[in-house]
Amino acid sequence: MRLTLRVWRQRNAADEGAMSTYQVDGISPDMSFLEMLDTLNERLILEGEDPIAFDHDCREGICGACSLVINGDAHGPERTTTCQLHMRSFRDGDVIDVEPWRAAAFPVVKDLVVDRSAFDRIIQAGGYITAPTGAAPEAHATPVPKPDADRAFEHAECIGCGACVAACPNGAAMLFTSAKVNHLNVLPQGAPERGTRVLDMVERMDAEGFGGCTLAGECATVCPKGIPLSSITDMNREWLRATAKGARR
Amino acid sequence: MWDSTVGKKAVMAASGLIMLLYLVAHMIGNLKVFFGPGEFNAYGHWIRTVGEPFMHYGWTLWIIRVVLVAAVVAHATAAYQLSRRDIRARPAKYVHKKRGSDYATRTMRWGGVILGLFIVWHILDLTTGHVHTGGFQEGRPYQNVVDSFSTWYGNVIYIVAMLALGLHIRHGFWSAAQTLGAGGRARDRFLKAAANLLALLLTAGFVAVPVGVMTGVVS
Ligand code: HEM
Ligand code: SF4
Ligand code: FES
Repeated sequence: MRLTLRVWRQRNAADEGAMSTYQVDGISPDMSFLEMLDTLNERLILEGEDPIAFDHDCREGICGACSLVINGDAHGPERTTTCQLHMRSFRDGDVIDVEPWRAAAFPVVKDLVVDRSAFDRIIQAGGYITAPTGAAPEAHATPVPKPDADRAFEHAECIGCGACVAACPNGAAMLFTSAKVNHLNVLPQGAPERGTRVLDMVERMDAEGFGGCTLAGECATVCPKGIPLSSITDMNREWLRATAKGARR
Repeated sequence: MWDSTVGKKAVMAASGLIMLLYLVAHMIGNLKVFFGPGEFNAYGHWIRTVGEPFMHYGWTLWIIRVVLVAAVVAHATAAYQLSRRDIRARPAKYVHKKRGSDYATRTMRWGGVILGLFIVWHILDLTTGHVHTGGFQEGRPYQNVVDSFSTWYGNVIYIVAMLALGLHIRHGFWSAAQTLGAGGRARDRFLKAAANLLALLLTAGFVAVPVGVMTGVVS
């Protein structure tokens, strides 16, 4: 395959940045999108140019490190992570625009790499249970009804990639935060901190400069893990319940 | 409540639903115009006397007005503050543009502004009479309505505003259910259908009045 790439290049956070055009040749349809970028980077290095910086780690769709807005879609045209997107989803001769996640809370570090540590701070605000750790507890010690376990697992699938924020017209982190809140709030282990968790995590989310929800639904459309829009509804309910009960540390 | 994006949005949803409730009653009241000046004017008088002898003349109407003004102010203030925050949270646009979400969702802000301006015009036209043409008469709402809708701009302003209202409710009613945590997967189809039905009924019910005057059914 022969492709034209238009890639966002930005030397550092202070640099203004712009799109640069590259021709890439000899791309196999079986390559992943990141392997295609690797191919281009190898050539750029040989030519003495600065390779394109992008985030990646597991390359198997489970870590949430890879990002990229491809032709306007977070993670590209398929409902998967960029590392699991293959070049067979494109056609020979295509022009492909590659941009970083865009949100005030996710500043660009370099090229396509953005700083997503705002997510870490939302987790630190309440995305855990306060319990002594140690050896894994006996599985039957705390029975969890099957529907609750399924719901918790559905939300636990969130890999914290930030595609929801990138796709949101308001740069909101509601889908991510709701996945993390609901994951723990439906489990008995999460119950003692149910109220403070949602209040603290939403407060942190606001403090990080994410926008508010207008229920446009773009987040759930791009989420590679299929976190549903109703997750946000559930978090709103948790938040109102905690506020009504006066849950505060 | 007010300090959080989630709380502010809940205030918006609650105030929106209060206005929506009023609009349903208002629309039903307006349709009495098709039964002649006697019934319509009597209805206008009734809103002022309802609740008597517990209430004094006009008190109930004033309570409704105070609640509505509070709802409009809370709703518009929250809308303004949240919108500013949303715009600041996405400073850089994507170079590659994509078709956005559906029309009703995208027009909530401008549609809301249209509704806000309309509310002001509407009160000055048919409540206080300041911008009314054809000699505003206190206590003669039937004649005032006919006069308003005998001007081309009266019809245009009113019909455009009601179309904006329909779109606003189409996204707003369903949204309010999500914001207040009342939605969910099982109820989603029902809520979307209810939002569409409400939007359609309100728009049709309100637009029927100017159309009635224009076609001579109401004169
Ligand atoms: C003063 C004029 C108005 C302005 C400036 C305004 C503006 C807005 C805005 C910006 C939103 C948020 C849209 C979004 O989240 O995407 C909204 C939502 C809403 N509006 Fe209005 N609006 C106005 C009048 C009305 C009226 C007259 C009604 C009565 C039916 C109404 C009902 C609603 C409802 C139910 C919502 C949904 C709240 C939610 O998303 O939870 N609005 N409005
Ligand atoms: S909710 Fe989905 S899109 Fe958002 S961070 Fe989690 S996995 Fe990524
Ligand atoms: S690199 Fe780990 S999910 Fe894509």
